[in-house]
Amino acid sequence: MSDASKEWPLWEVFVRGKGGLSHRHVGSVHAVDGKMALEHARDTYTRRMEGVSLWVLPSAQIVASDPGDAAALFEPAEDKVYRHPTFYKIPDGITHI
Amino acid sequence: MYTTDMSGKTKAETVAEDPALIAAFEARVANDEFIEPKDWMPEAYRKTLVRQMSQHAHSEIVGMLPEGNWISRAPNLRRKAILLAKVQDEGGHGLYLYAAAETLGTSRDEMTEALLSGKAKYSTIFNYPTLTWADIGAIGWLVDGAAIMNQVPLQRTSYGPYARAMVRICKEESFHQRQGYEIMMHLAAGTPEQKRMAQDALNRWWWPSLMMFGPPDDKSPNTAQSMRWRIKRDTNDDLRQKFVDITVPQAEAIGLTVPDDKLKWNEERGAYDFGDVDWEEFAAVVRGEGPVAKERLQARQKAWDEGAWVREAARVHAEKRAAAKLAAE
Amino acid sequence: MDALATYALRLGDDSLILGQRLSAWCGHAPALEVDLSLANVALDQVGQATHFLNLAGELEGKGRDGDDLAFRRDVMDFTNCLLVEQPNGDFAQTIARQFLFSHYQALLFEQMAVAKDARFAAIAAKAAKEVAYHATLASDWVIRLGDGTDESKARMVAGLDWMWRFADELFLMDDVDAAAIAAGAGVDKAALRATWDARIDAVLAEATLTRPAPRRATAGGRIGRHSEHLGHLLSDMQFLQRAYPGATW
Repeated sequence: MSDASKEWPLWEVFVRGKGGLSHRHVGSVHAVDGKMALEHARDTYTRRMEGVSLWVLPSAQIVASDPGDAAALFEPAEDKVYRHPTFYKIPDGITHI
Repeated sequence: MYTTDMSGKTKAETVAEDPALIAAFEARVANDEFIEPKDWMPEAYRKTLVRQMSQHAHSEIVGMLPEGNWISRAPNLRRKAILLAKVQDEGGHGLYLYAAAETLGTSRDEMTEALLSGKAKYSTIFNYPTLTWADIGAIGWLVDGAAIMNQVPLQRTSYGPYARAMVRICKEESFHQRQGYEIMMHLAAGTPEQKRMAQDALNRWWWPSLMMFGPPDDKSPNTAQSMRWRIKRDTNDDLRQKFVDITVPQAEAIGLTVPDDKLKWNEERGAYDFGDVDWEEFAAVVRGEGPVAKERLQARQKAWDEGAWVREAARVHAEKRAAAKLAAE
Repeated sequence: MDALATYALRLGDDSLILGQRLSAWCGHAPALEVDLSLANVALDQVGQATHFLNLAGELEGKGRDGDDLAFRRDVMDFTNCLLVEQPNGDFAQTIARQFLFSHYQALLFEQMAVAKDARFAAIAAKAAKEVAYHATLASDWVIRLGDGTDESKARMVAGLDWMWRFADELFLMDDVDAAAIAAGAGVDKAALRATWDARIDAVLAEATLTRPAPRRATAGGRIGRHSEHLGHLLSDMQFLQRAYPGATW
């Protein structure tokens, strides 16, 4: 029988592809600690020159929003169109705005 | 391809689920939306996905063995590096797929145990031996070719983590088939012995490659459900036909003969007529009786057993260091 | 082959044989992630071998390229150090070999990267980045295994014990080295020893391991006097080119 306590824990991997970009989630690796997680992340997810920076985080430490709350969390923003610059009509000819 | 349904029967659901939830789920899938790990899903969907993703992952891992068999004997430095990179990629693909399957509540160790016990299947193709360097060409050309046909549509499969793993896999896969065909091309245009080697490899790998697409449609009970759930896009027979139509001209272009005396272009259908697959052989291989099935599982069992002390040591080391750190604070 | 060509040959042979050894782990490593790590190291080594062996062929000027050199020489013409041809053994033995060798390569290429000879410097500059990672990876594994379980410690001790007799050879200097230095390509390897010792000792201490006892050095690889292992490695590696002479692949 597999013993869950003997497994190497799962870590999520985030790669910054190029200077100036944000870190993007690319997948997971199994590792015993942060140092190993970085090595495994480097050897698994940056083989095709895909990165300048790596973040790793134990999967169990991720706090996620509940998909059941998606409507309450995210839909109210849909009708606040005044937050988008395209909501505002600026006459042609007026620049720098 | 690696996701062929080899279970052969439709599993009946044992728990009655809320019809409203099921309807909402089906609507989301029909609407091309992605299902993510914490979303509600029917138990049958979860089970089917775990089985399909883990089988796909197992196939990649076991698939490292037939080609890995020739890394040390690759005939020049360039071929050695390419083959090593390809086999490494396959390990990586298995890794991405195990990780995706883990989001549905199984663990890598559990899945590994299922493989080693024989409970979980892997693609039948990897139960055949690699006898010559030409086999490496044939595998890249035919086996990766078949796998790619299946993998491209899976990039839009309904389960988010699976789809994202497939996008990554497809990006990496592009050189795999090409390097195989390039090897065959080179051999077929080489010395008489090399040409003979290439033809011999095609003779042995052709029919098992056709078997990769799984049993005939009328023997595939789960197809309709899988297609509705967007985890399968084309039927087995459709893909098999497409594979033949694409691959025969590729063989002819390099002067090799497909080992099927019933192969004939059918003008009316706009497709090739081809001979009968030996379904007895397929069934036997699915049962675990393939030519080198024992060798494959023995190799995986050995790696698992001999690696146990390493995995344990790393874990114990990390625990020791964590405890020491805590004590020092 | 003149001294400078031989110098390149030695560098190429080291990487070729080590790459060959490491690639045997592909599909068989203790964990999937480790499989990918070892394959990366192997690929780096095969890449270095390709560059250095091609350079050796060029310097020799007789029309041989890297493949000719890799696949058509017999044991007595191979110039790799004995350390790299040692069998993989268990994972600890493989790590022991990698640990000792990668720290040597790291120091060697760091210096060669600024050699006057641009051809050697270019290859070394790229390799230096690769082997810096190899040295870290190997050291981390020595620490995990040395300070892990009783079993892993015993295996790590055994692995280091197997490999230790081949350490001195890495730093031996001869006429070929002297000529390479005079030609602006070579590195004073003997001068690297003190730093190598310090790095090795630091990792061993962190791993709660003691330095293996001093013992008689086994050497001779640079002049074609190898262990019994190399012949078997070559007969496997060279089979196709030997069985089908004249064919291209």
